[in-house]
Amino acid sequence: MSFELNGKTYETDDDGYLVNLDEWTEDVGAHIAEMEGVEMTEAHWEVVNFLRGYYEEYNIAPAIKILIKEMKKMFGPEKGNSAYLYDLYPAGPALQACKIAGLPKPTGCV
Amino acid sequence: MADNEATVTEEEPKVLTDLEKVGEPAVPRKKPKDVHGDELTGSIKVPKVEENVANHKPYLCKPVTMEKLGFPADLREDWHDAAIAKMADLLKKYKSLQVYMDICVKCGSCTDKCHYFIGTQDGNNMPVARAELFRKVYRRYFTTEGKILGKLAGAERFDLDLLGEWYSYFHQCSQCRRCSVFCPYGIDTAEISMAAREIMDHIGVGQKYTNDIIAKVHDVGNNLGMNPKALKATLESTEEDLEEETGQKIRLPLDEVGAEVLMVTPSADFFASPHVESLLGYAKVFHQAGISWTFSSAASEAGNFGMFIGNYSHMQKLASRVNDAIREIKPRRLVVGECGHAWRVAYSFWNTIIGPFDTLDPKYKRPQHICEFTLDLVKNGGIKLDKSQNDHLVPTMHDSCNVARGARMGDKPGGQFTIPRELIKASCNRYVDMDQDTIMEKTFCCGGGGGLLTDDLLELRVQGAMPRMQAFSKVQETHGANFIALICAICKAQFTKILPKYGVSMEVAGGVHQLIANAIELGAKQ
Ligand code: SF4
Ligand code: SF4
Ligand code: SF4
Repeated sequence: MSFELNGKTYETDDDGYLVNLDEWTEDVGAHIAEMEGVEMTEAHWEVVNFLRGYYEEYNIAPAIKILIKEMKKMFGPEKGNSAYLYDLYPAGPALQACKIAGLPKPTGCV
Repeated sequence: MADNEATVTEEEPKVLTDLEKVGEPAVPRKKPKDVHGDELTGSIKVPKVEENVANHKPYLCKPVTMEKLGFPADLREDWHDAAIAKMADLLKKYKSLQVYMDICVKCGSCTDKCHYFIGTQDGNNMPVARAELFRKVYRRYFTTEGKILGKLAGAERFDLDLLGEWYSYFHQCSQCRRCSVFCPYGIDTAEISMAAREIMDHIGVGQKYTNDIIAKVHDVGNNLGMNPKALKATLESTEEDLEEETGQKIRLPLDEVGAEVLMVTPSADFFASPHVESLLGYAKVFHQAGISWTFSSAASEAGNFGMFIGNYSHMQKLASRVNDAIREIKPRRLVVGECGHAWRVAYSFWNTIIGPFDTLDPKYKRPQHICEFTLDLVKNGGIKLDKSQNDHLVPTMHDSCNVARGARMGDKPGGQFTIPRELIKASCNRYVDMDQDTIMEKTFCCGGGGGLLTDDLLELRVQGAMPRMQAFSKVQETHGANFIALICAICKAQFTKILPKYGVSMEVAGGVHQLIANAIELGAKQ
């Protein structure tokens, strides 16, 4: 699968996750978000940026507990909780936010 | 003219390659009139799945991954001959497979015993019909009547259509072995489905979810793809949480040479919810019992998807990581965390494929299940549990099929049923069992086992969970049950995803050691 944006073709896996992490730009992220029906606000980008930073360091998305904890440390308790994250990303912060951030889909027994 | 041509090419339907044809969804078959398969339905209906999923058709594995695993990248040119040769091979190697081919008397006892049949009402999901897909080919090439009489003898040439049916229906079997319990001859359709997948991989038809994960373990070390650095950071972060919660320094050690216990657990325990709650339980148990222990980054996965594709050499290669860890850590004991199929592999295969565990202390089971380990401590006073901490819960036990029918636990027959239940009862004041026909050796799979825990099979997973949901809803009504206690990472992930579709909160699913984590008394011992 693939999608096009500004004349460039981006390859994705069967579920629409970007294959090549390096091709990600904010525009690409915004485009994936649009396809997901998510309207990106400042708050949405905070999550996406954190995920990308974490991935850069660890080569895997953070466990959801870590995401919550780090969000809390950075932005306070009203943003560091699961309800808030599900509000932003109704299809689940792990799956949907990772997709928009251009990270691979987390799989395993999860 | 030129314009016309262009239009024509544009409208031409996409030509599928042979491999893509195999991956197309199969056509369901009407169930026979005399088979009901609704013994357990009652009030629960299968909810519609809203997501845009390709029904009952798991994604095909990509060529790169196939090659990485030593399989052909694409459907082999000579796939037909290669498949038959492989089948001959397996029939010779596994005597039981040969027997299962010959002894089915079509008595029908198994027909309505499969959760996927009950949930989908697709006649091809009756265990006997599933096995028949394999048998047809067997008869055509390996029996005299089949060779001569063909269809009259129930034999069929292995062609692309039949291969397509194989791909679909051998991926609608979670290899849970429930059908075998009801078969007077003990025919194990799970084994047939493993053999079928082995043959398919061999000719270049693999399933993406399972094969991707096997490749990930070979590359990175676990199903999640969590490298040692990420694992270390995750464990440290979890230690912080533990300290915040309990005020005590409870450790989650990694790679500590000389620890008494090497703990091998599904990587989901490090990462996902509710799995991680059981991880906290393990840590508290070791801490309070004062037994040194460690995880290992060499063996950071208990699961072994090699079994799901019936591939012995991958299973062995995956399991060999445990040996690497034993050599490195030099533990005296080996304990396995909450994971259904992992326990089956550990209990039934480890000693043969990576044993004998000569360096481990023979006083203890090699390997030992974490439930056994914890229950011993409860019994000898090594840890104390305060049941009142779980007074808000009315748990019930979902026996994982791979533990129930593929392994044992402890010293007594049936230990795999009694040990987890004893543990739950030791940590909770209330407990209720679901309908006898749906637990212990007759347990229903959660609907996500055997390599089917993937979103491209979501509809099937929802349908396959129906019998379990039916049994649960009964005890919900009669006893106010509000917790499904699990000892399987796949069950945990499956229920967390599927419960909300049945209108039940995902918090209802959790591990047995989650209950222990709530109830354990920490601090100085009297
Ligand atoms: S092994 Fe389980 S999933 Fe497979 S046919 Fe038998 S009952 Fe169904
Ligand atoms: S119960 Fe056993 S013998 Fe009877 S139809 Fe099923 S597989 Fe065949
Ligand atoms: S996931 Fe759990 S219930 Fe389902 S096949 Fe495995 S052990 Fe069985």
